[in-house]
Amino acid sequence: MDRAKEELVLNFQVQGRDFQGAGVAASQIRRVLKQVGFDPQVVRRAGIAAYEAEMNIVIHAYRGTLSARITAQEIEIVAEDEGPGIADIELAMQEGYSTAPPEVREMGFGAGMGLPNIKRCADGLEIASEVGRGTTLRARIVIKGT
Amino acid sequence: MKLKEVQRILEAEVLYGSEFLEEEVQAGFGCDLMSDVLAFAAGKVLLLTGLTNSHVIRTAEIIDAGAIVFVRGKRPDKTVVAAAREKKIPLLCTHLLLYESCGRLYRAGLPGPSRRRG
Repeated sequence: MDRAKEELVLNFQVQGRDFQGAGVAASQIRRVLKQVGFDPQVVRRAGIAAYEAEMNIVIHAYRGTLSARITAQEIEIVAEDEGPGIADIELAMQEGYSTAPPEVREMGFGAGMGLPNIKRCADGLEIASEVGRGTTLRARIVIKGT
Repeated sequence: MKLKEVQRILEAEVLYGSEFLEEEVQAGFGCDLMSDVLAFAAGKVLLLTGLTNSHVIRTAEIIDAGAIVFVRGKRPDKTVVAAAREKKIPLLCTHLLLYESCGRLYRAGLPGPSRRRG
């Protein structure tokens, strides 16, 4: 079997407002990446991107899925949700801009760093959103030296 | 800096992980905003915070933190300690405030993470 073409896909359901379970999916993705033997920096970047994307679903959406598509060349984190959507993506990308409610801030989130954090960790970030329907986020991390 | 040194300097109680006190941390990071921890903490960090919810453990796991110090005498509940045990992340607890905790550790030679904004 050609290892270079192997693909591993992980899918997780994420429930909106489930703050207790928030982060479980990202934690699992991170564990698999570690087990597969990716460089710690790659694991770290993918883990942060997945965690922030998962928190975004929990904080803002009704429900969604978090998935990771893993190959030897790249890791793609996809967060797809049913929710209110993002009216102004450019604004949402600004550090410090947040629409999170106060109780989320008390938990240490909602500081307007989520999307900028994902962007910082990823080699490519695409966000498609429809107000009243939901948001799909794709963050790509390219594995160097492959 | 070894965790046992951290414990001595901060007069801290070990809530979990006394078997890891010989382990080293490379830098300290004091913050109550978990998103900022994700953004700025780099390397094997000691995370100092006044937040005691389960997201602190999850965040520490994601950044591969060396240990967590709860400041201002804050104590996490049992479920948070159990989560840390599961992830093997040592937990310490000090009565000192965040500022003084960081100050003492910095003076003793524990630097901040080298990563800057951006």
